[in-house]
Order: sequence, then C-alpha cells, then structure tokens
Amino acid sequence: MSEIAVAPRPLLVDLLALALRFLRAHREVSVMLALIALMALVGILAPLLAPDPAAINPANRLKPPSAEHWLGTDHLGRDVYARLVFGTRTSMSVGFSVAAATTLIGVVIGLYAGFARRGGAIVMRINDAMMSIPAVLLAIALASLMSQGLTAVIVAITIPEIPRMVRVVRALVLGVRQQPYIAAAVSIGTRGVPLVMRHVIPNTLGPVLVQATYACASAIIASAVLAFLGVGTSPDVPSWGGMMADARRQFRLHPDLMLYPGLALSALVLIVNILGDRLSDAMDPRKARRGIL
Amino acid sequence: MSEIHVALEGVGKTYHVGGGGMFAKARPLYAVDDVNLTVMRGETLGLVGESGCGKSTLSRLIMHLERPSTGRIAFEGTDLNAVPANALHAARQKFQMVFQDPYASLNARMTARRILAEALINYRVGSRAAIAARVEEIAAVCGLQPYHLDKYPHELSGGQCQRIGLARAIALEPTLIVADEPVSALDVSIQAQIINLILDLQRQMGLTLIFVSHDLSVVAHIADRVAVMYLGRIIELAPVFDLFAGGAHPYTQMLLAAAPRPVPSARRRGQAVAAGELPSPLDPPSGCHFRPRCPFARERCTRERPALRPYRDGHTVACHFAEDIAAERT
Repeated sequence: MSEIAVAPRPLLVDLLALALRFLRAHREVSVMLALIALMALVGILAPLLAPDPAAINPANRLKPPSAEHWLGTDHLGRDVYARLVFGTRTSMSVGFSVAAATTLIGVVIGLYAGFARRGGAIVMRINDAMMSIPAVLLAIALASLMSQGLTAVIVAITIPEIPRMVRVVRALVLGVRQQPYIAAAVSIGTRGVPLVMRHVIPNTLGPVLVQATYACASAIIASAVLAFLGVGTSPDVPSWGGMMADARRQFRLHPDLMLYPGLALSALVLIVNILGDRLSDAMDPRKARRGIL
Repeated sequence: MSEIHVALEGVGKTYHVGGGGMFAKARPLYAVDDVNLTVMRGETLGLVGESGCGKSTLSRLIMHLERPSTGRIAFEGTDLNAVPANALHAARQKFQMVFQDPYASLNARMTARRILAEALINYRVGSRAAIAARVEEIAAVCGLQPYHLDKYPHELSGGQCQRIGLARAIALEPTLIVADEPVSALDVSIQAQIINLILDLQRQMGLTLIFVSHDLSVVAHIADRVAVMYLGRIIELAPVFDLFAGGAHPYTQMLLAAAPRPVPSARRRGQAVAAGELPSPLDPPSGCHFRPRCPFARERCTRERPALRPYRDGHTVACHFAEDIAAERT
C-alpha cells in the first residue's frame, strides 16, 4: 500500500530497500550474486592475494605444488596459482562486457526488427548471413584484424554473439505484439517508448536474460579459445584460456595444469547460468517461490 | 437516442494471407466487407455472429486499433483515421474496450494498481495523489476491494480480472465502450455479475455500448438493437424485439433455432435447423454468402449479392426474398 506505482521514481534509498527485499525473497539469486562478487573481488585484489604471475624462472619449471608455489609452476616456471588468480580478471571482464554489450545492442536491433515491417526483413537477412558464419571463426577473423588487447577480444566476441540475441528478441516481440494486453495498452493511449518499456520489454525479459547468461558463458569460453589459438589477449597477460593453451603441451605429464583453469572456468560459467535462470524466474510474478536450486 | 455516435460507411478490412513465401501469392481475406452501421448515443448495440465472421475485427476497427482498408469511420462526426496521430491519441480517451480474455488482456507483470493507473498517467489526469485516489475510486465502482489493487492478475479470479478490465475501460470516462465477448471466458455464475456491472456503468455514465457476443440470450437481455454478421458482412439489423420474434434473414432464423432453450422439447416445428459450415472467407461463395447453407436459395442468390435494405421500420435485412420467406413461414 505504501509504494504507489504511479510515476515510479523512488529515491536511491527506496531503490536500495527494494533491491534488499528482492534479494531476501530470492535466496538462490543472492547466493549466485555473492559468489560472482567473491570472484570479482579475487580479481580486483589479485596483487594482494598472489605473487607476480609473469615472473619467469625456467630453472624451477613444472614443479608440483609446494609451500612457495601453491599450485606448482608451469613450463616457464611461473606460479600457477598467481596466474589463476590474475586470470579471473580477463575471464570475468570479457564475459560480463560481452553479455552487457550483446544484450543492449541485440535488444535494440531485435525490437526494431520486431516492429518494423520492411526494415525488419532487411535486418533479419543480414542477421541470417552473419549466423551462417561459425561464431568462433568470425571471432578469430575479427580478433586478428584488430590489435591484441582486451577490448579487441570483447568486440570480436560480441559481434558474432549479437545475431543470436536479435533472433530471440524479434521472435519474442512478434509474439508479444499479438497479445490482447498490447491492444488494451494502445486503447488506453500508451504508445511509443512507454509501450515498449512497460509492456514489451518486461514480457520478453525472461528469455532475454537466459540468452544474456548464455552469451556471458560462451564469451568466457570463446575468449579461452582465442587465447588458446594465440589471437586473443597477449600471452603475457594471464587468462584461463591462455593457461589451458599452454598446458596442452604438458598434458600427458602434468594434466593438473589444465585442470585448475578448467575448473575455474566451469565454476564461473555454471554460476552465471544458474543466476540467469533463477533471475528470469524471480522477475516473473507468475512464478511462485520454489525450493532449493 | 437521436444523436449519431459512431457511423461506419462502407467499412472493409482486407488481410492478405499466404504471401510469406517467395512464390506464394498473397490471397485477399475480406475479414470485414462493406459494413454500413450507425450507432446512436446511449444505445446498446448487440453484434452477433459465428466465430470468424468478423465481429472482433469490426470491434478493433471501431477502436482504431486497425485501419480500415476501405470506407470511413466517423466517431462523433470525425474520421479519426484521417487526422494527425496526436488528434487520434487525444480522441482515444472517449472510446474504450473490454476484452474477451480477462487474463491475456492484462499485463501479467503489473499489479492491478499500475494497470488502472496507466491510462490516467498517459493523459496526465491530475497529480500523483489525484491519480492514486481515482484508481481506488474506479476500482470500488467496479466492485474491487482495496487489497485487490496490490495483486498481480494471476493472483485474482477471472471475474476479478474482468472487473479490472472494466475499471481500466472507464478510467478515462469514455462515451463509448466496445465489449468484445466480455463474459464468454467466464463461469456462468460470474457472467451475470459482470453483465449487470456493465449495465450499471452504462446507466451511471450514459455510455454507448457495443456488445459483441455469440450468446443470443445475453444479447436479447441487454441490447436495444442487434446486428447479425455473416462472413464479414452485416446481414440483418433490427430492434431486439423484432429480431428475437424471428428474424427476417434465414441465417438469423437459423441462429435463433440453434440457441439453447430451457426446455429443449419446446423447439418449434418447421424451424430451419443449422446446416453446413461457415464457408472459407478466403473463397467466399458468389452472390449471397449464405446461399450454400440457405434452404430458400434461388438462382438470383448466385448471381446477385443482396444489399442491406429496409424491411420494416428500423429493420434492415440483406436478403432478396425476406418477404417471401416470411410469408412462407406463416
């Protein structure tokens, strides 16, 4: 009764209270967000948590875990634990930047394609053309065109990811447009941006969120692939994908070098996927509270 | 009752179907075909017909949710399809719609309070406090309790959702309400409540009501005049008593004969019984659309499309032989 939904412009305090209540009501979402925050913190505080990840010591290479090197050393004698901790930065920034950029651009293009008759058809043909090129191949081509660096990697992975999002959004918009609540909204004088913001976007949110988490997860993997192939971030920047690429040569004798970044990668991808799934449920008032995970 | 509220002149709506493929040619579908109709201020017009006869399309045309392919619709004397978008936007306040599906016509992600406030926000009716007060007021008028306002549609019953739909429709104090089968999705026990609520609102606000239904008994109860549609055309338009005394058009007679009766054995003898199915609107029969199903069809019906013509006082019919058929029946 206290918050009136008329012209929703609550103060920052109200927003925080609202967010807090949302988190309290959706336990799993909070747990996943906390885990992601923890990983982000590890990335941010990496210099405090680990030694120099680039320090080369060939005399001390491929050593098993010890008090000095918690997870041992790689083929150049670099500390694996340090590289793992610093690699969090690359993987997370790539994953979340790509997800954010893909969602933002994809939703805008998808809305246009869903609403515009002729323009939409043109957009969708371009979309089809882009989807006919394998995403990783396109990313490799784009990455090799640009200078090595994090931004280049993010752009190279985002572009092939956009058509998927556009396709999902357009299909959803075409469905939502036919709904009687849209006709009802039009007849009470809702039009233009408010129509899209109040009625179309909220009702496409669930699948879009799932697609966004998929983009995030596949971007982390794609960045690993790019690093693995040597067209991603430069070899001296620690990344999980790069670590796995380096570990390939020692795989028979030292499979653990592949294991650590692989585990970290799987854990992050899993957390993001569960978050997306639970978040889309949590934002749908029709879905009542469910049990654990 | 004398002032014209809405006038439809030769209104048609054609859709093109099947043109999606590269080699498929789009075929015209005449959803609504050459409809002439005037609705008087304050009256209740019943619009009846089988599923797929164009009732809903006609409602959407009157609501200006779609543009007619031909003809013009004058609302209070103005053709709103010929005015700038802003003028149409301003005029929308005056005509509102109640939808068939009480759940699908409400945005599931909004509370009842937000749904009801939306129209008032769109037209900036007063301050935040004034809008909040008005929301509570219209909700109360439509028989909703204050605690219903903070619920989402899925937490409410079909009847309660339809009350929200009605409250939303009257929020802007319209003069015309188009109700497109507003009770057909509800339990029978709720139907009467909603119909009475609609009639109460009509009386209090002096509304003109266009009531679309396939339920003849409901229409008989509330309408002043009834328009019968068949395959996109209006084939009979009559005062409610004339129509229910046994319509002039064979199709109307068929509909009346098909309506359920409290005592089934009371079915009168010699009455036409529903035969055949609605022809495809993509491939309508020549001449009179009803010809293939009509027990009275003659050669002229194949050649010539019957126009809506005066039959008796205030009663028009689109049948070449209405008088002959009436004579034959007595």
